Formats: sequence, C-alpha cells, structure tokens
Amino acid sequence: MKFKKILPQLLTLLFIVLIFGFFTMNAQENMDTRGIEFGFGFLKQEASFDIQFSLIDYDGSHSYARAYLVGLLNTLLVAFIGIILATLLGAVVGIARLSPNYLIKKTASFYIEFFRNIPLLLQIFFWYFAALRALPMPEDAPLLLNSSFMTIKGLYAPAPIWTNFNIFFITLIIAMILIFFFSRYAKKKQEIEGKQLPVLLISSTIFIGLPLLTFLIGGVDLSFSFPVIRQMSQSSYTFDGGFKIPPELIALTLALTLYTATFIAENVRAGIQGIGKGQKEAAASIGLTPSQVLKLVIMPQALRIIIPPTTNQYLNLTKNSSLAAAIAYPDLVLVFAGTAMMQTGKAIEIVGITMATYLTISLAISLLMNWYNKRIAIQEK
Amino acid sequence: MFKYLKQLTSLVAMVAVLFAFTTETMAAKKSKTLKNTQKKGFVRCGVSQGLPGFSNADAAGNWTGVDVDVCRAVAAAVLGDANKVKFTPLSAKERFTALTSGEIDILSRNTTWTLSRDADIGLTFVGVNFYDGQGFMVRKDSGITSTSQFKNGISACTNIGTTTELNMRDFFNSKGISYEPVAFEKADEVVAAYDSGRCDTYTTDKSGLAAQRTKMTNPNDHIVLPETISKEPLGPVVRQGDAVWEDIVRWSLNVMIEAEEYGINSTNADSMKTSDNPQIKRLVGSEGELGAAFGLDNDWSLRIIKQVGNYGESYKRNIADTGILPDRGPNQIWTKGGLLYVPPAR
Repeated sequence: MKFKKILPQLLTLLFIVLIFGFFTMNAQENMDTRGIEFGFGFLKQEASFDIQFSLIDYDGSHSYARAYLVGLLNTLLVAFIGIILATLLGAVVGIARLSPNYLIKKTASFYIEFFRNIPLLLQIFFWYFAALRALPMPEDAPLLLNSSFMTIKGLYAPAPIWTNFNIFFITLIIAMILIFFFSRYAKKKQEIEGKQLPVLLISSTIFIGLPLLTFLIGGVDLSFSFPVIRQMSQSSYTFDGGFKIPPELIALTLALTLYTATFIAENVRAGIQGIGKGQKEAAASIGLTPSQVLKLVIMPQALRIIIPPTTNQYLNLTKNSSLAAAIAYPDLVLVFAGTAMMQTGKAIEIVGITMATYLTISLAISLLMNWYNKRIAIQEK
Repeated sequence: MFKYLKQLTSLVAMVAVLFAFTTETMAAKKSKTLKNTQKKGFVRCGVSQGLPGFSNADAAGNWTGVDVDVCRAVAAAVLGDANKVKFTPLSAKERFTALTSGEIDILSRNTTWTLSRDADIGLTFVGVNFYDGQGFMVRKDSGITSTSQFKNGISACTNIGTTTELNMRDFFNSKGISYEPVAFEKADEVVAAYDSGRCDTYTTDKSGLAAQRTKMTNPNDHIVLPETISKEPLGPVVRQGDAVWEDIVRWSLNVMIEAEEYGINSTNADSMKTSDNPQIKRLVGSEGELGAAFGLDNDWSLRIIKQVGNYGESYKRNIADTGILPDRGPNQIWTKGGLLYVPPAR
C-alpha cells in the first residue's frame, strides 16, 4: 500500500533526474566538440573593461569577480531605492484613491490606470530618451538649490567630504538603538499608566541631537565639494568635483518607481477597503481624528492584507531592474551577463551565476517580508 | 524472362540509389552542417540588427550588405540559389551564443577576429572580408579634429560585448585621460544617446561610424576623427568542429576576392569559361574538380560569381555607392595596393 503511494513520486523523480542528466550530457558533448571548457577560473582573470558607474572601487585592472560585484551592487542599489520610493508613492496614491476629494481621487486613479497599462520597457525608454533629451546641456543648466546641476549628462550635486565619518556613523547607530528602547518604554508606560509621552519629539531630538554633538566635541567635520563647470572643447562641457548621479540611474529608478507604485497603490486601496466599515465608524465614535483612525485602527489591520501582494511587487521591481541593459545602466545583467559573458564566452557559467544571484535576492526579499508579515499577523491567544 | 527483367531493374535501381547516396553524401556525411543545410534548403546566417553597408534590411525585408553577401555566396555554392538564406538579426551580445548553440550556421556580422574568440569560445574565423579599425566620432561644432584634443571627463558611447570596450580602455589609459564609458546593448540606442548629447564621442569600428552617421538627425554635424586606435579584421565565423563546412565558407569568400583579382565579374563569368588562363578557368569551373573536395558540383564557384558577384562588385554595391566609404582603403586587392590577399583556389 505504502509502496503504491510512493511509486508515482519515485517515477516522477527518476524522470526529472533523467531529463536533467540528458541535458547536461548533451551540453557537455556539444561543448567538447567545440572545444569549450567549463569552469569558473575566469572569475579571477583581469576584466579589462571599465564600468561607467560603480559603488566600489573598480577599473578594468580588477577581476571579473569584482566586475560581478559592481553589477550586483548596482542592481541592489536601484532595487533598494525603487522599493522605498514605490512604497511611499504607492501608499500615498492608494490612500488618495479613497479620498473624499473628487480631484485627488480622480488624479490618483488616472495615474494608476495610465502607468500600470504601458509596458515597462517603453516607460524606461520614454524617461531615458524623451525626458532626458529635454534636459539642458551642462553649459545651459540652471543652478538648483544653489548647489546642483541637472543636465543631460546626469545630476551633479555637492559631494560630502567627511572627517572622522566613523565616529559620526557609530553615534547614529547608538541614537537609533536609544530610540528603539525609548519607544518600547513609552509604549509600556502608556499601557500601564495610560500616559502618552511625546515619542516623536523626543525621538527626533535624539536622532538629530546626538550626531550633531559629535561635530562639536567628537572632531567630526563635514564640508562639501561643489561641482564646477569646465570646458572640454568648443561645444562640450563637464563638471569637476561634486557627486554625479548618471541619467541612466535616474531614468531607471523613475520608471521602476512610477510603474511599481501603481500596483502597490492598488494593494493599499484593497487593504483599506478590506477592513469593515464598522471599524472606522467605531473608531470615529470614540473620538479619534480621521488620521488617527487611519494610523491606529485601519492601517494595522490593512497591512495584513497589503503585505503579501506587495512582496510580489518588490520581487517584480527587483527582477524588472534587469531591463537596465537597454539604457546602459551597468546592472548585473549588463555588466556580467553582458560584457563579461561576451569577453569570456562562458555563457553557461555566467548565466548560471546570474540566475542564482537573482534567485538569492528574491528569496531574501521574500524571507524578510514573510518575517514582517508574521510579526504583524493577528496573534491568536 | 519478364520476371528476370523486373528483378534486374530493381537491382539496378537499388545500386543507383546506393551509388547516388554514397556520392552525394561523402562530404555531407563528414559535415553535419552541410547535410542539414541541404535538407532544410536554406543557409542559416546571423547578421547585425542593421548596419548599413554590412547587413541591413530594407522596408520589404530584403537584406543587403557585404556581410550578407558572404552568406549569399555560401547559399549559391551549396544550394544553387543566393536567395536561399534565412537571416537572423543578432545583437553583439547574442551572436556567439547563437552560433555555438546551433541557431545559426554562419555568423557574418562585422565580427573582429581575435585570438581569444578564435581559440577559447568554440568558434573558428574563416577569413577577413573587411579590414577595419576603431575610431571616434564627434560633433563638428566641438572643434575637435584629433583624438589628441580629448580632455579628462569625456563621455564615450559604445556597444557592450565588443572589442571596442576593451580598446577604448587601452586607448584612454595610455593617454592618461579619464573617461566615462556609456555602453548600450543595441546600436540604435547608442546612436540615439550620442545624437541627443548624452555623450561627447561615439566610438566603434570606423566602418560602423561611417554607416551609423547616416542615421543621425543631421549627419553633416558629425565627423569621424582620422586616428585609428586598433586593428579590427572583420570576418565570417563558423562553429568549431565541422571542418568541411568551415572550408566551404572560407572558400566561398576567397572565390569572391580571387574573382576580382582575375577580373571575373557577374556579367563576364560565363564567357571566362573559355579563357586562356587556367586559374580563371578553375575559378569558373571549366577546369579541375575543385568543388568535389567539399562535396559540391563543379559550378559552385561560377554560381557565386554570377549570382553574388566578385568582392569589388559587392563593395561597390553596398559600401561605395551608398556613400558610406567610397574609398576602399585597405579593402583593395593586394595587386592594387590593398590588403586583400587570399590563397589561390586550385
């Protein structure tokens, strides 16, 4: 009886193993006849190509492994910024869709319907070619906020120059730990004594005040290097100094954010609407203000509905960031599965590594979000 | 009696079939690619996604260019019809994988012959159909007339997955100039980005620059700088491991070049059959048995010359007459001071 149950599963397993075995053998044989060798030794070789934008120190004399890291960090950067911005925008638009104000409501739904229904690649091209083409050349760029320039070659902003940055950074972390314990204490106090402490005020005082102190007594100092225009030829200019954000990153972030935020907004709307009307009315009847109703009653419950589908959107955004290759943003796909694959010819190895990397990133996001989802779930007592 | 006759005819038929089978597939047996090509009835050729003069499709989907003509020559030799080619447009990144995975059988896509590509990734270069070198394009109003006027911070647009990316680094490093590489996956995006002002210079093979210049909003606003920073011998590529197919592609190209050397072209090829020069007679198939070596008939080379033309005709039709590079430069027959020198077809 037990054997009968297991047999189909065993056969399926055997079938899958055989198929994989066949493909592996086939690939092996084909590679042998063409004299291609399988191996990861190339990762240590000198990459000998440069990358436009890197978060770590890199030039062509570094290894392919380092180039991989550059691409990976660039992917993570755009995914990180994209997820944060899309969440903020999505939450605002989602709430706006339920606003009693006709204009706000209609604007929000128009935005959602518009951006949700245009293919992402097209939007990326639009922001890169159409919108960026409208930006001025460096020599015509107006001064923004008395310090920055937005040009077709990118955003040039003042670059911070730190002395004793590590002291500042450690103090920042200490401040955050203090705030964490303080808010726990405040919550307990409220539960026991019913007294509300001005949590926000005290927290922000700690957060700003403590690091500021290091400037006065810790030897920390901050100055800025401002971008200065320089002529390269009769018609072309560039900026020296300062901090440069390439237009490719801006366009990609913009496109990913605007696209993904529409889906998150719909999740937020669905989450809020999923909470019974009675909850809102009951909360209002005990004298809570509309924003308190949203913050204290609706949102904590709505989050349980919002989080799981939003996790999907975070994963989508991360995977969609691989469209970066179309507009020259040096992400993992462009740098590693693009240039590095071409220069080494190690297609199977590199595609394998790239797939494993995206899988790892996606699983990590999933785990994190599942953990968060469990935390806010109703604790059955 | 009648019974015997029937048996005899079937025996003869069997022998004939067997014989036909053996003669026709001697070379085909050795070459899987040739056999498959003859079975399918078309040559599978990988080309660029649109590079005027080399491989470019018109509105009706007809491909033209010197790279395209190499594949057409192979089709004329192997299948008897230069039009029996299926073209697959490939990006620089996809091209080698498409070839090694067997999606295409010839890669004729302005591809630079280098040691690592030839030896390392399962490919074999069969010859050179265009001698090129990497150059730079800049806007005319920049006043730049030489790469020596390049300054620190210059941004350079190019394609990924090419030797260009490597040469560019070597060049700027040796000059000690800091630069910003902006590398796109597709050539059209490179052109669009450079044209919009994102980059100060556009760098790729000079032939490519000349061809892409025609796609700019105002072609006359741009100039190609005189310096050549690298050697870029471009040529057709085949998969490693099929020596007969490799020979067919190599000699299809060589025939086109040698035909020009001996003054044979698409219009006079038939009349050359009675030439006094034995080398000319070999090229048009009226002497020797050159085709047999790769399992082809003796008119294979005549068909190439008649249907596709010699190298000079192909160059004139695709590159000179279209105004891309009217001057043949190094891509001239060696007897006229160029670099085109191929082993004799004999």
